[in-house]
Amino acid sequence: MSTDTSKVAASNGTNAAAPASKPTKAGAAANWADERLGLGGLSKFLSRKIFPDHWSFMLGEIALWSFVVLLVTGVFLTLWFKPSMAEITYQGSYAPLRGIDMSEAMASTLDISFDVRGGLLLRQVHHWAAMLFIASMMIHMMRVFFTGAHRKPREINWVIGATLLLLGTLEGFTGYSLPDDLLSGTGIRAADGFMMAIPIVGTYISFFLFGGEFPGDDIIPRLFTIHVLLIPALLLALIGAHLILLIYHKHTQWPGPGRTEKNVVGYPMVPNYISKMTGFFFITFGVTALLGAFFSLNPVWKFGPYDPTKVTAGSQPDWYMGWPDGALRIMPGWESHFWGSTWSWNIFFPVIVLPMAAWMVVLMLPFIESWITGDKREHHLLQRPRNAPTRTATFVALMTFYAGFWAAGGNDIIAIKFHLSINQITYFLRAFVFLGPIVAFIITRRWCISLQRHDNEKLLHGYETGTVIRTPEGAYHEKHLPLPEDEAFAMTVRDRGRAGEEPELKKNGKLSLRAKLRAFYYDHDVDKPTPEELSEAHHHAEHEAHALAAHEGHQVDGHDFDDHRHSAIEEPLSH
Amino acid sequence: MRLLNRSVGRLSRHRRRPLAGAAVLLVALLSTGGAYAALAPASQAEQEKDNAALVAEGKELFMINCSTCHGSNGEGITTQNGKLYGPSLIGVGAASVDFQVGTGRMPMAQPGAQVEVKDPSFSQDEIDAMAAYVASLGPGPSIPDKEQYDPETYGSEKEKEEAVTLGGQIFLTNCTACHNFTGAGGAMPRGGKAPSILNTDPKHIYEAMLTGPQSMDTFSDGNISPEEKKAVISYVESMKEQPDYGGFNNGALGPVTEGLVAWIVGLGVLVAFAFWIAAHTTRTNQTKKGSAK
Repeated sequence: MSTDTSKVAASNGTNAAAPASKPTKAGAAANWADERLGLGGLSKFLSRKIFPDHWSFMLGEIALWSFVVLLVTGVFLTLWFKPSMAEITYQGSYAPLRGIDMSEAMASTLDISFDVRGGLLLRQVHHWAAMLFIASMMIHMMRVFFTGAHRKPREINWVIGATLLLLGTLEGFTGYSLPDDLLSGTGIRAADGFMMAIPIVGTYISFFLFGGEFPGDDIIPRLFTIHVLLIPALLLALIGAHLILLIYHKHTQWPGPGRTEKNVVGYPMVPNYISKMTGFFFITFGVTALLGAFFSLNPVWKFGPYDPTKVTAGSQPDWYMGWPDGALRIMPGWESHFWGSTWSWNIFFPVIVLPMAAWMVVLMLPFIESWITGDKREHHLLQRPRNAPTRTATFVALMTFYAGFWAAGGNDIIAIKFHLSINQITYFLRAFVFLGPIVAFIITRRWCISLQRHDNEKLLHGYETGTVIRTPEGAYHEKHLPLPEDEAFAMTVRDRGRAGEEPELKKNGKLSLRAKLRAFYYDHDVDKPTPEELSEAHHHAEHEAHALAAHEGHQVDGHDFDDHRHSAIEEPLSH
Repeated sequence: MRLLNRSVGRLSRHRRRPLAGAAVLLVALLSTGGAYAALAPASQAEQEKDNAALVAEGKELFMINCSTCHGSNGEGITTQNGKLYGPSLIGVGAASVDFQVGTGRMPMAQPGAQVEVKDPSFSQDEIDAMAAYVASLGPGPSIPDKEQYDPETYGSEKEKEEAVTLGGQIFLTNCTACHNFTGAGGAMPRGGKAPSILNTDPKHIYEAMLTGPQSMDTFSDGNISPEEKKAVISYVESMKEQPDYGGFNNGALGPVTEGLVAWIVGLGVLVAFAFWIAAHTTRTNQTKKGSAK
């Protein structure tokens, strides 16, 4: 958009606007670009965009920046990697494998590790960044859900985020499979088994993907295309959509003085966030680079080339596939035989049904919640996890469920490192994945409710000062002081009672499922104090606050509050 | 080459003479017999005497330290309920004793799913004596010579390198399923484990392959030849010498500990940085330094 000087001149009155002084070179270049691309308007919009400040808002940024690291290091790796299963004899620098037959994929991975300058470093940076990409997506998702940022109008962005998590996992798995070393080959072999466990169509899917019987010659080139083209393109598009929606919705903020559902209080993109974000990008790159430099990841040379006759203890997928692997490990060996075909429930349930079902549940969480609560309003102010006890407890229960399977994925390592029986671990986890989430739900909900009560106590009676007073009778009590006003305000910015209207009864006079769930959702939820309760409490506290005003700014002790009574020893005796 | 052919040709012409066979036989018998007479009788007699003394010493040690579980004659003890209290040692061979006692597994600290490795309770001389005694109970594998297991005894560096490559493939085919791709060990059912072999003496690795302690398979010489056993040991030893090319190896346990590093070190540091960045911001709600209190 070019600057229209005619209007300026007209509104300025009689004199025509003085011709602009000769622009600088940079200015001229910027103008040239602006006249053709309209960058001025966009950058003006973006640079003035306000974002609120909180450390937890930067967790998604870790995912974004590790994705950038993945793109950069990934491009480097494609320059050397040969996605081919053609068999050659390795003649590279790594002596213990010299003369061994292997696929070109494995040989080129060894070349990247030992013969390409900086290759091993960048391979490890790429892999560490992948581990962090998915981990940071998960903690970002936890933050969003625990603070209620998934509520209207952000449900679609939640769905995009959940899809990114799934795609990231698939992207990670395909990348893990590419080197064609013993570990990744074992992983592909397992994946082949998972596909074949799908009833009826399983073997066809497997033959379709592998281009025939496992392993064939096609799987590595096909996974390569999926890994470097298909999924990255989808990831990029969805990340773009995720960020556009973030800008469109505006960022959520914590409640506080001056912060409403209709504004965003924070700092502009330029200069604040542009510098913070750039800094955080370099920090993320730096941390992954240091990890790549100092921590070994997937030492393919020790695994050697894949060979179906070989397997190694400690064959695990990367951590994000660990929980379906764990489910597979603790699943009882159920199998059925119908009409001469084997139905492997022991594989189909834990690896195919469970992850897909879990993903669907995660996808549906915002919709399930708004259906239960009946809350259809827009929300831009965040909630503290304690102020939605049932939601918080539900997610903690899901996390416990995940953690049980996750632990099962490392059952052999747990067994040898903690001197336990792998069988006992299995029996324990079989019960834990069902009972653990229930216990976690109950504990978390009660915990949240207790914190709500504690908040109310702080609002009504002030915070604990740590100053303990002994009365002449020998009783002790702790001095409480009123909360700072802005803190008290932030704590009281929340709904009173239920969000939605009371659900109607069914025709037979009974509560509907939705009504029961809504009752359960809000059960024992503690309301914030009413204004009357607050003003009464404040009136009561005023006297004490007045007494306190004299002491502001220096250490207080119990004698500040006991009218400076003297000890009984100093009192004159009565006889 | 031509010279050699000619001499071979001459030899083969002589070979066909009628008396040649008898002459060769005579020479062979004389030399064998002579050598035997010259070397064997005295040393064998001495050896037998030494061996008898060694066995006697071993038996004494055995009676004090081993017989409680393995029986006074090494025949093994079974409880009244038919459970094995201590297995029979007849035919386990000297290699078994050298492995079990030499790695500190025997005498066992306590019965259980896994016999734990500890500092050996006996000197090598005492172990040799007990091994001699147990070997006298019945034929079994003997303690290998240094040439059989020590990778340093290869003729050339090239020979050793080839052995490492061969050994690596045998290791990955036969050993990693339990002992892990680095030899760091793995889990076995009901509290048992395939122990780490990263600090195991080459001789003991050889003996373990030969005798198959606990859950381990016995890799007989027909299954993995002595040369192949030595190659496996060469690979394991070379892995110990090899630097960790990628950096800290996270316990060499594979993806589980790598995941732990990603979450705790990687994500931990990044979240700490996020906290730090958010804490350093333009402050609007705090009084400036030096302003009126």
